[in-house]
Amino acid sequence: MARNPGTTGLIMEEPLLWEKGKKGRLGMSIPESDVPEVAADAALTGAGPDFPDLSEVDVVRHYTRLSQWNFGVDTGMYPLGSCTMKYNPKINETFAATPALAAAHPMLADEYVQGNLQIMYELQNYLGAITGLPGVTLQPAAGAHGELTGMLIFAAYHASRDSKRNKILIPDTAHGTNPASAALCGYKPVPLKSGFNGILTVKSVVDAMDEETAGIMITNPNTLGLFETNIREIAEAVHAKGGLVYGDGANMNAVMGVINAAKCGIDVMHLNLHKTFSTPHGGGGPGAGPVCVTKELEQFLPVPRAVKVGDRYKLEYNCPQSVGKVHSFHGNFSVLMRAYSYIRTMGAENLKKASHLAVLNAAYIKEQLKGTLKLAYNRPCMHECVFSDEWQQEYKITTLDIAKRLIDYGYHPPTIYFPLVVHGAIMIEPTETECKDDIDQFIEAVKTVVEEGKTDPDNLRKAPVNAKLRRLDETQAARRPCLCG
Amino acid sequence: MRYLPHTSEEIDAMLKVVGRKRLDELFCSVPDDCRYDGTMDLPEPMTEWALTDHASELAEAMKINHRHKVLIGAGSYHHYIPATIPALISRSEFLTAYTPYQPEIAQGTLQSLFEYQTLTARLLGMDVANASIYDGASALAEALLMGLRISKKKKKVAISKAVHPHYRQVASTYLHPSEYELVELPYGEDGRTDLSGLSEIDDLAAVAIQSPNFFGVVEDLEGLGEKIHAAGALFITTFTEPLAYGLYKNPGQCGADIVCGEGQSFGLPRSFGGAALGMFACKDQFTRNMPGRLVGETIDMDGKRGFVLTLSTREQHIRREKATSNICSNQGVCTVIASMYMASLGGSGLRRLAKQNFDKMEYLKSAMQAKGARAVFNSPGFNEAVIEFKNDFKPVFDTLVERGIVAGLELGKYYPELAGKYLFCVTETISKDVIDAVVAEVK
Repeated sequence: MARNPGTTGLIMEEPLLWEKGKKGRLGMSIPESDVPEVAADAALTGAGPDFPDLSEVDVVRHYTRLSQWNFGVDTGMYPLGSCTMKYNPKINETFAATPALAAAHPMLADEYVQGNLQIMYELQNYLGAITGLPGVTLQPAAGAHGELTGMLIFAAYHASRDSKRNKILIPDTAHGTNPASAALCGYKPVPLKSGFNGILTVKSVVDAMDEETAGIMITNPNTLGLFETNIREIAEAVHAKGGLVYGDGANMNAVMGVINAAKCGIDVMHLNLHKTFSTPHGGGGPGAGPVCVTKELEQFLPVPRAVKVGDRYKLEYNCPQSVGKVHSFHGNFSVLMRAYSYIRTMGAENLKKASHLAVLNAAYIKEQLKGTLKLAYNRPCMHECVFSDEWQQEYKITTLDIAKRLIDYGYHPPTIYFPLVVHGAIMIEPTETECKDDIDQFIEAVKTVVEEGKTDPDNLRKAPVNAKLRRLDETQAARRPCLCG
Repeated sequence: MRYLPHTSEEIDAMLKVVGRKRLDELFCSVPDDCRYDGTMDLPEPMTEWALTDHASELAEAMKINHRHKVLIGAGSYHHYIPATIPALISRSEFLTAYTPYQPEIAQGTLQSLFEYQTLTARLLGMDVANASIYDGASALAEALLMGLRISKKKKKVAISKAVHPHYRQVASTYLHPSEYELVELPYGEDGRTDLSGLSEIDDLAAVAIQSPNFFGVVEDLEGLGEKIHAAGALFITTFTEPLAYGLYKNPGQCGADIVCGEGQSFGLPRSFGGAALGMFACKDQFTRNMPGRLVGETIDMDGKRGFVLTLSTREQHIRREKATSNICSNQGVCTVIASMYMASLGGSGLRRLAKQNFDKMEYLKSAMQAKGARAVFNSPGFNEAVIEFKNDFKPVFDTLVERGIVAGLELGKYYPELAGKYLFCVTETISKDVIDAVVAEVK
């Protein structure tokens, strides 16, 4: 365990905000008022919220201590499958904080905000070039929001053809957001079973597809980390019945510059900028989920989009077929700026190389660990590899135990128990920004943990012991919810 | 490339382990007819300093920039952001973590979310707040869908025309492909929502009111709530300026069932409208119908207090198409910023800042009146108001832009009946001198 980064250190306790402070303290500068005081309508005014009063030092120390209880990409390897926890470049933060760009009010006339519109216009073009799908909206605030936008486009497309459709095909490997997004548009999900090798068969799609089905939502590479090799034939089968193909681009980090979504037969695709394009995940957000579509579907995209007329940029609202708006303003613009900064830094060759190395890292881990943990499917993997805890059952060790013990060794655990089609799944996505040394060290850590599971299984069951807290009682949290202090 | 750490020797060694000769052989499962032809059409890579120069060029292309005094709110507000916030939020333990799936090493995120939920619930006077959703507009759409879920068989929801026009548009976009109908309620001459037609709408699940509304008018939430409840509908309130609840009664005190809105005011830069912060809260009995993540308190194996994501049986990864929403993330960092802001102000500071915003607008209104302009709606307000001028204001607006002041938002694009009238906002960042400079130009 000597080579592993995990150790114990002095961890500071810190109470909840309202358990500290004193009435009358203030943590920020408020200007003296330079206008007369006027009485407000007494019938409408209230006492103001019951917030604690804290000093600036109270606040700074509070959040500094809280931050030290977190594990982030900057702390160490974060091989959380399906989440693409790559390094988040610092220059992106500096770029997004450019005062003139970050201070812009979203309702100013186009002539006043040419810099921001240029970023939007160019980013739309870059994402169009990367996917091969030229129509792009930047409004969706997250991947699931992009999916919803995609389903709204499906609904608008079919409505424009007077075609009534109420079902949608979704493979069993899909993220739960897919069926939930489709349901918001009144589509009943029809689950498709993946084949014996983890890949969707053309036949299952042909059998299920009919003229009451709006289309298919397919993640490629899929959530098992495998490329859906039948994608073109699947798309043809869906198109033959008048349906559309939604490509969930959550796993785009595997295939930049390698596949062309349009050539795969995909009509609509969202990208997760917080995964593939390096914007920080921020403990859950903000993300961005732009949607790219074919030329034919461009007319249905949300308004407005940035266009270029001569050498000026403007926001185009005049799109009568548009689904409408999905965000208060222009999406999570500060996230868009970071992705723009990343793409400008990388260029085409480096983005492609990033995908190559992301796949190399995953394939290397798969190869090095396939004798230690049972592979779910022994096929060429893309950017992530999926194992199960089948071989651990005789020692009464579970995926959860392995994950928790990895924390003690200084790693964020992989994604566990997803995808649902693999029992006790352990899904490892190293990303391209991890170097060979660190990956080798991680592989050794997994091997040690698995070995420990055979010799000292209790070490796994009581893990973690080096973190701030031991395992938490999630059952109690749900049974007697305490959601507010 | 500095983000790609592999040396060519390492690549060769790794390829050898996986039994490949070249990197592109890793993609043997990708059929030829799916492959990208040629190279992606993207600009050449930029060095860090070239990119910094590019940022300066883009900044120069902004005719209105951070040095301008912008007297526009309308859902995006300029409040002073204390230096502590960018300093603290740049801590990469917050920034580069993800969803706290492993609570033992995510207590920083989890405790700060629990604190955010609590401060939000206290601010809005509600029992429970979630860990946030995308933005104010999608929060309202989700609230209407939640109202329909709670009311089960009912098929209609109503929304005041004094709600932010973008929020109404997003709600309409969300509901369009569904079987539900969205009805608009008019506003009266006082700029407040007119519920006189409410009794004629049957099958009504919920009614949404914004306060302060888009015109900056504070609605009589208590009175509206009574009428809405009497009509058998749920009372949803929304907001774009949460600072107002430092001065005015919160929606919970006025009987709201679901409260949602935009939290950008609390420490987030305007940033062209995003990243935004959808705040969302409800009464206790509706918790299990609420969309979005929730953090709850629990204990660890040693009995120590800790926090976890909870009640996830409402959510998409468990319930799939039967989930309360398709949302699977939250606005993480934005919630931490909002909490830092609320904590830095405290109860006393929030009150003082809210009152100052109110006083600034009262000053602007009376100064305008002295010049023959007037507030269109004679109702209580907060830091925004619609102003009508005797003469065309556009030439004055243009003159003021040249002098570094953006004097309000012309409303014709959003409300044709209010064409030529301007929505003004003044916060603590706008000094009396700036207000005087605007008023001096009014003709």
